Amino acid sequence: MRKPAEFYQRDRGRHPPAYVDTYKTSVTRSPQYSLISLQNSASEITGPVFGHNDIDPTDNDLIVNYAKPGEMPIGERIILHGRVLDENARPVRNTLVEIWQANAGGRYRHKKDTYLAPIDPNFGGCGRTMTDEDGYYYFRTVKPGAYPWRNYVNSWRPAHIHVSVFGTGFAQRLISQIYFEGDPLIPMCPIVQAIPDPDAIEQVTAKLDMNSTIPLDTIAYKFDIVLRGRRSTLFENRLEGN
Amino acid sequence: MPQDLNYLRETPSQTAGPYVHIGLAPGAAGFDIYREELGHDIAGPNAKGERIRVEGLVMDGTGSPIKDVLLEAWQANSDGIYAHPEHPGEVEDGFRGWGRVITDFDTGEWGFDTIKPGPVMGRNGRIMAPHINLWLVARGINIGLNTRIYFSDEDAANAADPVINLVEWERRRETLIARRSEADGKIVYRFDVQIQGENETVFFDI
Repeated sequence: MRKPAEFYQRDRGRHPPAYVDTYKTSVTRSPQYSLISLQNSASEITGPVFGHNDIDPTDNDLIVNYAKPGEMPIGERIILHGRVLDENARPVRNTLVEIWQANAGGRYRHKKDTYLAPIDPNFGGCGRTMTDEDGYYYFRTVKPGAYPWRNYVNSWRPAHIHVSVFGTGFAQRLISQIYFEGDPLIPMCPIVQAIPDPDAIEQVTAKLDMNSTIPLDTIAYKFDIVLRGRRSTLFENRLEGN
Repeated sequence: MPQDLNYLRETPSQTAGPYVHIGLAPGAAGFDIYREELGHDIAGPNAKGERIRVEGLVMDGTGSPIKDVLLEAWQANSDGIYAHPEHPGEVEDGFRGWGRVITDFDTGEWGFDTIKPGPVMGRNGRIMAPHINLWLVARGINIGLNTRIYFSDEDAANAADPVINLVEWERRRETLIARRSEADGKIVYRFDVQIQGENETVFFDI
């Protein structure tokens, strides 16, 4: 058993603040008081453990996991792959990665989505996988389309895939969005631009990866996910009272 | 040239958006795709301890229930042990300690069935009162909000809890306490989350 170690403090300057007036929904959904900072205890250092029995091997293939037999979704076939690492550049092994997205036309398979672009009968839009011993994950899907939303009258989300990651401790729990290199909607989007640091925006942008592209079949994007790292307790370990 | 510290930087958070259910609760989005959705059973059939239900609403700054929230719970078993390899001790077979629920699209009500956790050893040998760690994401929430659910029938333990006592404003501590009631032999704890405004719930940077 590894000695329980605390996570590095989250750098809130790399994350969007709670209140961003240009992203209108955040105005009434952001706390006005400051967060109370907690030193980690067992409650934050531990987190749920998942196993391969929890999911099916095809759950990471969005091209087949909702398609009728012999059919396929319409759209640009892509591989989305990368590693889940911590801030110490160590692989985060056997952790659950979940994604969800719109179809090629920007329409979600969700009863609340009323956008006029049609549902694709062969596309569900969600996938999940476990990272391997190197922290590696991969999905196959179609590239999602941009879609309009009611923020300003003419607001459009850049193409994106939502991603959810667990890590090993509840303090690492993270949901983000993956954008695609070169998309001209990225600089216009109030949700993306809520991230205050241009370098951090670059970090949520997947890069075209020709080396992982399958010729005449599927193009590829690479996206590494970084979760909080853990301190080495060199001279103290006060968690258990010593 | 100054020394370069080669740490990577945490991936920035983004809102889960309005359609978080597609990925994390597809049945609620209106379609079945997975053999089994995760997070429906926190404690499992073998867990010891008192069976309880925790339920509530999540309210925005106008006092309106938010109807597109996803909540995740993380808790210890009745002996105060987390189902995690780094926490000493054993949990019952099938006890995961983690659950995931969404708010009802029409009413905003959410709830989960579990067992009441035991006290957990905290920092410096100080015992933490029984609590459930709660994480909320939704459209309009740029980074997930962390809070804790404590229990109204644990006055003495709550008064000694090292985390509750970090909240300098005693009035605000009340926002972390779920209210116990019994109806038809079922034990229900009510925990309403106020994201903003009067009686705003305490949220933590963990």
